[in-house]
Amino acid sequence: MLQKSFTTFYLVFYNVMMTAGWSSMGLLWIQHYKNTGNFFGVYDKLHMWLKVVQSMAILEVLHCATGLVRSSVWLTAAQVYSRIFLVWGIIVSVSEPIVQHGTGFALLLMAWVITEVLRYSFYWLTILDMLPYLIKWCRYTFFIPLYPIGVFGELFTIYAALPYLKASRLYSVELPNAANISFSFYVYAIVTMVLYIPVFPMLYCHMLRQRKKILGNKTTKSN
Amino acid sequence: MEIVVVHAASGKELARLNNLSASSTILDVKKTFHKHGKKVALHRQAFRTEPKGRTLNDNEVLKSLQLSSGSTLYFKDLGPQVGWKTVFLVEYAGPLVVYLAIYWFQPRFLYGRLHADPRFPITTIAAGCWTLHYTKRLLETLFVHRFSHATMPLSNIFKNCGYYWGFAAFIAYYVNHPLYTNPANELQMKLGFLGFMLCEVGNLSIHVALRNLRPAGSTERKIPVATWNPFTSLFNFVSCPNYTYEIGAWASFTVMTQCGAAGLFAVAGFYQMAVWALGKHKNYKKEFASYPRNRKAIIPFVI
Repeated sequence: MLQKSFTTFYLVFYNVMMTAGWSSMGLLWIQHYKNTGNFFGVYDKLHMWLKVVQSMAILEVLHCATGLVRSSVWLTAAQVYSRIFLVWGIIVSVSEPIVQHGTGFALLLMAWVITEVLRYSFYWLTILDMLPYLIKWCRYTFFIPLYPIGVFGELFTIYAALPYLKASRLYSVELPNAANISFSFYVYAIVTMVLYIPVFPMLYCHMLRQRKKILGNKTTKSN
Repeated sequence: MEIVVVHAASGKELARLNNLSASSTILDVKKTFHKHGKKVALHRQAFRTEPKGRTLNDNEVLKSLQLSSGSTLYFKDLGPQVGWKTVFLVEYAGPLVVYLAIYWFQPRFLYGRLHADPRFPITTIAAGCWTLHYTKRLLETLFVHRFSHATMPLSNIFKNCGYYWGFAAFIAYYVNHPLYTNPANELQMKLGFLGFMLCEVGNLSIHVALRNLRPAGSTERKIPVATWNPFTSLFNFVSCPNYTYEIGAWASFTVMTQCGAAGLFAVAGFYQMAVWALGKHKNYKKEFASYPRNRKAIIPFVI
């Protein structure tokens, strides 16, 4: 029993902290816009938040692996990995205006902030059995425009970074070397972009099916 | 007697089979069921006594399964199947062709104008080792292995070939590269080569021992033990020494060629074989009360 209370406390604590972290980024953005009138250029203000909060999401993989949360380890790992790749591999690594202050970054940040505030709120409210229908509805509806917007922002950002990755040979290893191995981060980034083509529709359709399953009854009832 | 066939997932009644007796086997049930409805091929049929129970073997007798007239058997369609031998032959022939083609031709589309000339001896030795490994696998498939199941799902052939052929190209690319760096240490190459050879012999020894454990045509299961062949003494320490030797062979190949790509292949193989070994080890312990307690699954004393 004590263990159950502790795990409940931990999960509520974790999800509340993550809600607060993403909300802070949203608030910093609003503040930035109020101060400068500029929608872009907010990376310098919130990059520490982005790095810390997004990296914390790695814990979610452990939650699944230990059975604390009932979800697929591989699915969670893939999602967290794609975020870590974007934040650390692309945005933090390529200090160019087009990457950090570009349209792509603004779009993906907006999508991520809204989605994550909703998602983490959904989790802790569900655990405490205090979930308002509105939050559930938003979580399973907002993704419909936000997911494609976010994907567009992500692809735009990776694409913008490509010339710099190629020229700087960042994170890459060339032949000849003693380990007889090579790795081109530039090629890896291109392959990642290509993988969006099969993976994004799969995940989007999965979310649509989830929506039908979870919201389906309510919408027919209210009709 | 009459057997009712129900679809395991949906609970729908599919057929009522007559002309069966208490001494009929599951294979007889499959043959009878084949005449009904969609005429599902025998290899695609799987029957269970419970909806989510284990798949029954062809030679199990209805009476010994406590089935009588009016009893239910639950059916699952395993989907398109392909023979084990077919899959093994295809997935092992590919790596031979791919590696040797890259070794021999040093293709323009991979290496451009670069050409390794003369080659380091170790590059040729590595090609020889690779050939030995996959030729051995093909011959074992034809003459040594005895399979418990005749078939596996068709999709496996694409998955397995992707893995084997992909890694063959990946490793061949680096070991045969015009910019390949020779290991500085002659001793390292010799030890790697020796380790590789010993593990190939070891792996073959285990495969032969496992074959001899099971008489031809039977699906009898026995605890594997060491034989007159010293390489089989690894059975005293692990349940799946064939996997132990396989990892040893690829680790040795990596040391011999000093190639990161080969190292990745060794790690990937280790992960998959460890999962299989842990499963088999668990099954052995469940099946045989007298199973030796000090045996591990794949790495002596460790796991």
